[in-house]
Amino acid sequence: MKMTGAQIVMECLAREGVEYIFGYPGGANLPLYDRLKDYPQIQHILVRHEQAAAHAADAYARVTGKPGVVWTTSGPGATNLVTGIANAWMDSVPIVCITGAVVSWLIGRDGFQEADITGITIPITKHNALVLDVNELAPAIQEAFYIATTGRPGPVLIDIPRDIQQQEADFVWRDTIDLRGYKPVTEGHPLQIKRAAELIAEAQRPVILAGHGVVISRAREELIEFAEKTNIPVIATLLGLGGFPGTHPLFMGMPGMHGMYWNNMAISEADLLIGVGMRFDDRVTGRLKDFAPKAKIIHVDIDPAEIGKNVKVAVPIVGDVKRVLQALNREVEPKRHDDWLRWLAEMRAGHPSIEVREEERLTPQYVIKRIYDHNGPNAYYVTGVGQHQMWAAQRFWVDRPYGFITSGGLGTMGFEIPAALGVQFAAPKETVWAICGDGGFQMTMQELTTCVEYELPVKFAIINNGYLGMVRQWQQLFYNRNYSGVRLFQPDFVKLAEAFGARGLRVTDRSQVDAAIQDALSHPGPVVIDFEVEEEENVFPMMPPGASLQETIEEPAGEPARPKEKVR
Amino acid sequence: MSKHTIVALVEDRPGVLNRVASKWRQRGFNIESLAVGHSEIPGLSRMTFTVDGATHDIEQVTKHLYKVIEVVKITDLTHEDMVARELALIKVSATPGTRSSIIEIVDIFRAKIVDVSPDSVVEATGTEDKVEAIINLLQPYGIRELVRTGTVAMTRGGGPSAPIEGEPHKRYRPAGEGKPKVGSLL
Repeated sequence: MKMTGAQIVMECLAREGVEYIFGYPGGANLPLYDRLKDYPQIQHILVRHEQAAAHAADAYARVTGKPGVVWTTSGPGATNLVTGIANAWMDSVPIVCITGAVVSWLIGRDGFQEADITGITIPITKHNALVLDVNELAPAIQEAFYIATTGRPGPVLIDIPRDIQQQEADFVWRDTIDLRGYKPVTEGHPLQIKRAAELIAEAQRPVILAGHGVVISRAREELIEFAEKTNIPVIATLLGLGGFPGTHPLFMGMPGMHGMYWNNMAISEADLLIGVGMRFDDRVTGRLKDFAPKAKIIHVDIDPAEIGKNVKVAVPIVGDVKRVLQALNREVEPKRHDDWLRWLAEMRAGHPSIEVREEERLTPQYVIKRIYDHNGPNAYYVTGVGQHQMWAAQRFWVDRPYGFITSGGLGTMGFEIPAALGVQFAAPKETVWAICGDGGFQMTMQELTTCVEYELPVKFAIINNGYLGMVRQWQQLFYNRNYSGVRLFQPDFVKLAEAFGARGLRVTDRSQVDAAIQDALSHPGPVVIDFEVEEEENVFPMMPPGASLQETIEEPAGEPARPKEKVR
Repeated sequence: MSKHTIVALVEDRPGVLNRVASKWRQRGFNIESLAVGHSEIPGLSRMTFTVDGATHDIEQVTKHLYKVIEVVKITDLTHEDMVARELALIKVSATPGTRSSIIEIVDIFRAKIVDVSPDSVVEATGTEDKVEAIINLLQPYGIRELVRTGTVAMTRGGGPSAPIEGEPHKRYRPAGEGKPKVGSLL
């Protein structure tokens, strides 16, 4: 059947089961917009900035397990996606970006709104392609979905000149895709599985480090079986939160720079680390030469390039986490580690470093804790990047995969608002909280309009300390309190919310916190709560930059409460 | 600093060279020479890289090269029994007085004179060292222009250097276990 390029794109999206396109129109993708009406099963979500389209698609993809779809026009439409694509790349999230390009005869001539987006995104996409022949369009889009979602997931970008969208070709749909140079391995090597089981049988002080791979491969049940059978405590990385139930007695929380003190000590004492779907990021390991000095390492990851990248591995297992854990569960013998778990319990009891103090002040930790108390381990929590993210990650021991959604690898401030929007589309009936920084909020707050327009009842909690808090904390601790460029002049967030058509609430006192959270939950639309918290609270525990896990410091006793001085 | 000879079998599509080069650049390797051409398999090309300046493990980079969808196979020939050749065209100033001694040098190196004019063009083929040597010897006569292809390389003996089949888990060796081998690089 003859179809235009634009019809081919729409037909492919429909066949891939796409429900939502997060997009923004412009001259170079008008033929696509012209054909939207033919496919009522696909809803287009008009964001207010292309970066938000990518973040929304990213969060939508995480929660649904289906690829998120973004389309924008050429030039600035495409370049505005770059941060969002890089975010999905660093966090291994499958998104498919379809950018319109200038007409093919203008390519390379600095045409109006031309940008070499395939060139620009080479280092931050799993694959990308500029389609210059309409006959190649359907294969390119099918391959994009295939590549984005298989193996280690990631973003794929397809750039289509406007004239290609208008030309006609026979629509050909392939039932299978075979790429010579792309054959991801999913089954772990049996010999390595056997060797891993041997190390597990010998280990006295083992820990599991569960990463994003557990969540991506939907291996929650397999990990529970593995941890319970072998009686090994589970530490989850920032993106691994939710991969293992937070309420499980073997769950220990997060490790690393702002991780639980006991976890950093446990990793340093352990004789076996089982890294599952994680990549030994510098925020997890600290100074590499002192990382886990007593441990042998088993590393399970679908990406061969992750193995041996940062740490020396005794047993490498390349494969899909779910499949590998299934194989391991068949291989390992039941075990007990009572002494080791007792050691950990004592360490936890002796270092209650994330407990929120009983006091008068409105601290950010208290606000975050109360939000969690009210919503429990089964709501969706989205965060931005900075102090609020770490306070939340320390305390939100969620039970479900992607109950906690955050920008881990790239650390993208402003991720929270568009991501929460994407989550609410993915889970329309669920409660979605966005824990926002006052800095990040101002980076993407235009998306409040989108939330209001599409009636998305996201609850935005701004942890407003009047500073770019994490940077301020570093300046305080490592730059002699020389606060430079971190004081934030603020808009009136309540009026701002109201101007966008959302509900705005302000909380300045501890006694108002619960009522505001209840109010937000009972309001049917989007709500912004401006929590004006203590300004100079720091995130502890903290492993100083360049230090080792053993050097993790806890909150100094009696940190002075400083008087508030208002900027506004 | 160590030098490596890496052969990549890649799909012959636009942008592949850019993607592969980007992976080297990102990890701090300097591409000293690069030669690309069609392979014996239709639709696939072979690239021979000689690279230098390792801040990263070469094995890490080759794993990242595999991430390029169009890359079918990577082989590290550095520690292999290989044939490596490059070709140089050297334009040398020749006077009636020097012409015969230039011809002598050309003969010794089994090179060829492919154009005779006031300047002679010499075509030299061989290992990088040999090409280096003839350039050094011709230098005193005045080299007017020099082009070099960069090394192309393959293993000695039967079978292609880069078998297409490759299961990543078989390619992988635990860190620190022996030198890379042909066909079992990762």
